[in-house]
Amino acid sequence: MMRYLAGRLLRAMLTIFLVVTFAFFVLRLSGDPALLIMSVDAPPESIAAFRQSWGLDQPVWVQYLAYIGHALTGDLGNSMRDGRPAIQLVVERIPATLAITVPAFLLKIAIGVPAGIYAALHRNSLADRLTMVLSVAGFTMPSFVLALLLVLLFAVRLGWLPSSGADGIAYAILPIVTLGAAGAAILARFTRSAMLEVLGQPFIRAASAKGLPWRRVVAEHALPNAAIPTTTIIGFMVGTLIAGAVVVESVFAWPGVGRLLVVAVANRDLAVVQAILLLVAATMVSANIAVDLLYGWIDPRMRQVPR
Amino acid sequence: MNAPLDAPLVQAENLVRHYRVRRGGRLFGEHATLRAVDGVSFALQAGRTLGLVGESGCGKTTTARLVLGLLTLTAGTIRVDGEILPGAGTARWRSLRQVMQMVFQDPLAALDRRVAVGRQVMEPLAIHGIANAGERRERALAILHSVGLQAHHFDRYPHELSGGQRQRVVLARALILSPRLLVCDEPISALDVSIQAQVVNLLLDLQAERGLAYLFISHDLRMVRQVSHEVAVMYLGRIVEQGDPDLLFAAPAHPYTQALVSAIPVATERGRKRLILKGDPPNPVSVPPGCAFHTRCPMAVARCRAETPALRLLDDGRRVACHLAPGMADA
Amino acid sequence: MPQPLIDIRKLTVDFDTGRRIVRALHGVDLAVQPGEAVGLVGESGSGKSVTWLAALGLLGSRARLGGQVLFEGRNLVGSAVAELEAVRGACIAMIFQDPSSSLDPVYRIGKQLGEALQLHRGMAGTAALAEAARLLDRVGIADARRRLGDYPHELSGGMNQRVMIAMALAAEPQMLVADEPTTALDATIQAQILELLQEIRRDTGMALVLISHDLGVVAENTDRVCVMYAGRIVEDAPIGTIFAEPAHPYTRGLLSALPELTGPRRRLVAIPGVVPEPWNLPRGCSFAPRCAAFEAACEAAAPASVEVAQGHWAACIRAGGRNL
Repeated sequence: MMRYLAGRLLRAMLTIFLVVTFAFFVLRLSGDPALLIMSVDAPPESIAAFRQSWGLDQPVWVQYLAYIGHALTGDLGNSMRDGRPAIQLVVERIPATLAITVPAFLLKIAIGVPAGIYAALHRNSLADRLTMVLSVAGFTMPSFVLALLLVLLFAVRLGWLPSSGADGIAYAILPIVTLGAAGAAILARFTRSAMLEVLGQPFIRAASAKGLPWRRVVAEHALPNAAIPTTTIIGFMVGTLIAGAVVVESVFAWPGVGRLLVVAVANRDLAVVQAILLLVAATMVSANIAVDLLYGWIDPRMRQVPR
Repeated sequence: MNAPLDAPLVQAENLVRHYRVRRGGRLFGEHATLRAVDGVSFALQAGRTLGLVGESGCGKTTTARLVLGLLTLTAGTIRVDGEILPGAGTARWRSLRQVMQMVFQDPLAALDRRVAVGRQVMEPLAIHGIANAGERRERALAILHSVGLQAHHFDRYPHELSGGQRQRVVLARALILSPRLLVCDEPISALDVSIQAQVVNLLLDLQAERGLAYLFISHDLRMVRQVSHEVAVMYLGRIVEQGDPDLLFAAPAHPYTQALVSAIPVATERGRKRLILKGDPPNPVSVPPGCAFHTRCPMAVARCRAETPALRLLDDGRRVACHLAPGMADA
Repeated sequence: MPQPLIDIRKLTVDFDTGRRIVRALHGVDLAVQPGEAVGLVGESGSGKSVTWLAALGLLGSRARLGGQVLFEGRNLVGSAVAELEAVRGACIAMIFQDPSSSLDPVYRIGKQLGEALQLHRGMAGTAALAEAARLLDRVGIADARRRLGDYPHELSGGMNQRVMIAMALAAEPQMLVADEPTTALDATIQAQILELLQEIRRDTGMALVLISHDLGVVAENTDRVCVMYAGRIVEDAPIGTIFAEPAHPYTRGLLSALPELTGPRRRLVAIPGVVPEPWNLPRGCSFAPRCAAFEAACEAAAPASVEVAQGHWAACIRAGGRNL
């Protein structure tokens, strides 16, 4: 078990390392931060000085080695915008992001899972078809479109909710609903197909043949088995809590990690972008590991057979 | 290629196929050896049928795949027409594969659902660059006819045919290159009882017409006897008894064969005394020492636990691997 | 004639496939006496499983049933779900072809047995555990207490079928329907399971319906056999009679299509043609196009079942003529 976990962690670290490396080079090859951050008509001397102070005058591989070296000691560099440590800037934004992603996550589960189960149990009924139509609409519609539609309806037309900003709970509602709707749609569809798969298994019929009431067949046999793949998907959704709201945060001007990322990319604020990507990679990878371990825990077939 | 005239079409000598597996599951545990096939020898003459019987996991399908070169041997040799079977993928192997074809249990899985069956029957000709388009069609129609299908079946899709008809298509595709050996792995098990007889009769007719040799794998001893000139009973990767099916099934010498024969439900003899084995066959990862069958054998003695019995010739021409088989005691 | 345990009368099943209604059962008449062992033989799609799944209301919402299934004076067709649930398992237990997937993969064997014991005998806790172990022991599973903690995937197919049988015995039912219980198992394991079923029947006097495609399996383990073809019972006779004097051409065809294990080898006499699709049945007798004894009258109507001899019924227009 320890050996397995060690191997898994090693691979996780390799993944994070590759993400960081890739981001590092892409960012440096795709634009010059000095020109973006200094005004375009700044004197060449001050641009050169800026480059020198941030080490941008060095060859890329020297910059890279220096970055990795610092990163290993926990120093992810400073923001070129305000000079503060990048990691600090990012961490400050996490609560705001979680304030919308966590409720949205709960919303996805609260709507998606029951809807999927209901649709599967009433396959081909009107409710099933309606659920599936909504589900397709929910996950094919880009989130900014849904966001704009919601803003048009609730902010512009009805005037019930603010259209953007972060001045209280009311401001969080539209971002949460936008995020939650798409996730619920995916989850509903997934849960439904997991349930249908299980309901077609011989052990369901065998449980009925045993005399078990249908309600108990569903609750005690169908649901636990369908929960195995569904939990997997939900686990992966946990991985998107930190950075799954880039578009929504931008549309609603919500001051979270996602919006910070957009701004930082636009400004070529290298250290900040890299710090965010590192964080995203780390959460995704941790979620993956957690799902794997969870899988082994909830599915006896994945467990070890000590013989 | 200068084999003597009476050389067997296929000569398998001491075939071994082992797999490295992890004991006890997918991730942890030490490596172990799974002995799928562990020293199997036989000879198959042109125009004859060797039946391979045994329960799941006994190595009969692995043996078949070894014979076709679809799996690499861990040890042993296979000769086709006296020539050692070259490695899979080589040009010589490809040309030898024309001589040896395979028929599987599930015809629907063996056919491409999106392609009309006639085209699938012609396909081997195209792959081997034989004949032009018109001739290929002629040949395909002829071979479909010889497996009992009609010209109008040519443009049908697999799902439009019944199970028996699909298996005929699979047979036609296997036969179009005029092979000399057909390896049939449970070719009738997926078919309804009333259709099985049709396919078995067809196999026998084709053998008579074309002088085909069959390696016929089945768990159905009655069907195996119906088609085989010789039969080999396998248990945990080894042949435990081999010989004339009439002899072997009428008076099995190995206790395992006795159990297999006794397990067949017979309509006419109710209440006969059965030899019922205890437990399941052991895992081929941990084959018992000595005679692999001793853990389930009702007659096992101390010697069986210690010493692996070799296949030995009995007076009536069959071979048995059992210390206790009649005529074996003083061997 | 004693009161039958279960009396199926003119049972029909139609499946709504969404595009069309397909009739799978065309009026099945079948009565099983208490303690009797009846075999149901037929090819895939002949309706042998559907008959019993329909009788127990296990076919789901796409199936429409007609006719009657009389059990203890009640008609199970169209009866309330709760009433069916009270019969299932408790009075009529059923085991299936693929034992390993008939058990829930996420629960230990002990828990699944416990569920049946709780359901039918209100047992729980250590009492249920002890009884579960006794049942496992009863079906020949060694080291029963330890096996209670195993998951289905840790047991072989044969062991899982024993667990299924143990579970069926939990409620001490009057009848067991075994739907191809050994088809997925190897020959030596099949022999073990059939032996176990015989032994249990001897001990409990429970009735047995054995569904199989293998005439041999049915012959060795039942008293009477019903041969099904295309959704109908075409012949119903005592075991001895069916082999000695089969009255329906389909039964005769099946028997001559089977090879023997010993004696001289003969060429098999195959039944020509294919089993018709349920949505494309021929006119009149469904077997007519494949029948060696076909005559024009066969196409007029599906032949009624006639009593050829005492307790021997066949649905063939020629069958009655032999004794008239």
